[in-house]
Amino acid sequence: MSSFFTWLSTLPAIAQVPIIIVAFVALIGILIFFIEIAPRRGRVYTILRLAACILIPLLILVALESYTIAIIAAGVLGVLFFWLDYRSSQGAGYLFQLVGFLAPAIVLLVIGLVVPTIQTTVQAFLNARGTDFVGLDNFIWIFTQPQAVRTVLNTIVWVLIAPVVSTIAGLAYAVFIDKSRGEKYFKILVFMPMAISFVGASIIWRFVYTARPADQQQIGLLNQIVVWFGGQPVTFLSADPWNTIALIVVLIWVQTGFAMVVLSAAIKGVPAEQMEAAELDGTNAWQRFINVTVPGIRSSLVVVLTTISIASLKVFDIVRTMTAGANNTSVIANEMYTQFKNFEQGRSAAFAVVLFLLVLPIVVYNARQIKKQREIR
Amino acid sequence: MSAVTPIDLPVDEDQKKTLTRGERKVESGFAKGTKRRLTSRGATIAALVIAILWTIPTFGLFVSSFRPANEVRTTGWWTIFSNWGFTIDNYTTVLQSGNGQLTLGDAFINSVAITLPATAIPLVIASLAAYAFAWMEFRGKNMLFIAVFALQIVPIQMALVPLLQLFSRGEIFGFPVIAALGSSGYTQVWIAHSIFALPLAIFLLHNFIAEIPAEVIEAARVDGAGHGQIFFRIVLPLTMPAIASFAIFQFLWVWNDLLVALIFADGSVAPMTKLLAEITGSRGQDWHLLTAGAFISILVPLIVFFSLQRYFVRGLLAGSTKG
Repeated sequence: MSSFFTWLSTLPAIAQVPIIIVAFVALIGILIFFIEIAPRRGRVYTILRLAACILIPLLILVALESYTIAIIAAGVLGVLFFWLDYRSSQGAGYLFQLVGFLAPAIVLLVIGLVVPTIQTTVQAFLNARGTDFVGLDNFIWIFTQPQAVRTVLNTIVWVLIAPVVSTIAGLAYAVFIDKSRGEKYFKILVFMPMAISFVGASIIWRFVYTARPADQQQIGLLNQIVVWFGGQPVTFLSADPWNTIALIVVLIWVQTGFAMVVLSAAIKGVPAEQMEAAELDGTNAWQRFINVTVPGIRSSLVVVLTTISIASLKVFDIVRTMTAGANNTSVIANEMYTQFKNFEQGRSAAFAVVLFLLVLPIVVYNARQIKKQREIR
Repeated sequence: MSAVTPIDLPVDEDQKKTLTRGERKVESGFAKGTKRRLTSRGATIAALVIAILWTIPTFGLFVSSFRPANEVRTTGWWTIFSNWGFTIDNYTTVLQSGNGQLTLGDAFINSVAITLPATAIPLVIASLAAYAFAWMEFRGKNMLFIAVFALQIVPIQMALVPLLQLFSRGEIFGFPVIAALGSSGYTQVWIAHSIFALPLAIFLLHNFIAEIPAEVIEAARVDGAGHGQIFFRIVLPLTMPAIASFAIFQFLWVWNDLLVALIFADGSVAPMTKLLAEITGSRGQDWHLLTAGAFISILVPLIVFFSLQRYFVRGLLAGSTKG
């Protein structure tokens, strides 16, 4: 496997794309073929199934150049699985199909997300090189070092400001343009930043924030405006604590489009009769908005707020590109990367865990929502 | 992390109806007789102000990227009429500049080579799993599905470093399990992106696949099709629109990603975002190069966005309306 990939990497970049996709599609094709024939009766099919049960795990581990013991264990597990499948109450081959469909995703998720998450959690309690247990030292460091405390505080500022402002801006814009002429084009203008990468957005805004000495012409728009109003040019990105706000503006700029599109669809879904009834009662536009529209789109509002909150908690690219965390602008996700680059694995892991704990309430909320929904069905 | 995330939270039944209704209206263009101007002049002006505020930064970058280097350095782009002059030199220069290992032109190709497989692979794997979750019965299905769903909010920061160790040393928990991948080009990035995309992809595709009428599946089964054929000949074609709209998200997500690239794509396989972030750090005042470079990197997402906008909006609302 690794020799295949090493060979692949010697090819020109553009040639690698079709090769890897064709190889992948071929693998999936074989898998679907086995799934299709799995439930068929007859000795040939049973033998084919047995062969697949043993050979597929064997071959995967051989391809990964694993150890002989592991390869043999995989073969034994394959036989065991075949037997389980053979005795399955839903008929032979049912389990086989199920595993065929689910295994690629579940195996990747376990290897790539579940196990690493556990590893990171363990690592958070180890020292920089991951050799000794240090208890809560890494966390104590995060919550006592002024720099690190500042990082956590900055993240909290992000979560407090960005979701609220972008939701309000998106909602206001959605209401303003609702049923106006050229609504579609109005939408595109605000929605466009969502397609732009955070790196691109950061460069765009760094350009807006650029400062030049007072005796020269300004090339950053914002400082030019300051100068027009008779002020002195400000280096927005190093003016602690306002520089964090300058970074948050970028996220707001990007996320407002998201809030606007979702809320706009929600507003259009509020039944027209309700609006008309409120109009007949003699309410003004503001009262209608507060008493009819907002309750009607409430759960969409919650969705937008939580989605943007998650985005603000995890914000990394903007801080990395604009300041790399200099001048007290760092956030948890950025510090996690910085510590990793400084070979402080324990601290890096501890930051990741703190981030996870901050996101956790939203996970719980989500899981409960989805469970509730499934019960309704 | 990317700027775009489809809604992934379930909403309650009433709200779902409201959103579906709104979405239909968005798509039908509401050109019918219902079009009545309810908004006041003030609202229109406010909307106009917001629209201009939101567009000006991008517009400034766009104009500056075509101005001669000297002009960009000394005058603001809004003085373009008094300092007239356009050039494409910035673009030719920036495509050839970079760090020691690669130029921005190479990085563009890297971005393409990373993005296409990292879009296709997770979508196929996720649709397989989504099919099982939607149309096969097994014990613990709900629990497993919720577990997969919950995984999507585990920050990828939790997984990055251990996954890197698995790739570079073949170790899990410090025990060697497989051979290290070594220097194998894009492989690490492809696999990492595929894994990180799976939870959301499974969840969204499941919502669509579960909506296929049971009679269709039943009819195919009566005709003798097994799960393999049903998946390949019925489910895949029927869910193509959903797969297409998720593919757009995954494409933008990977193309715009910086974090995964920083960890997994080192040296000569770095995509554009990584190189641009690096140039921003090292040559932060060369605005003629930065503006042109940034514009090249946002060009592809903008093309995708403008040409496939319908799918984009539909995909964005997918999680909430089809939940």
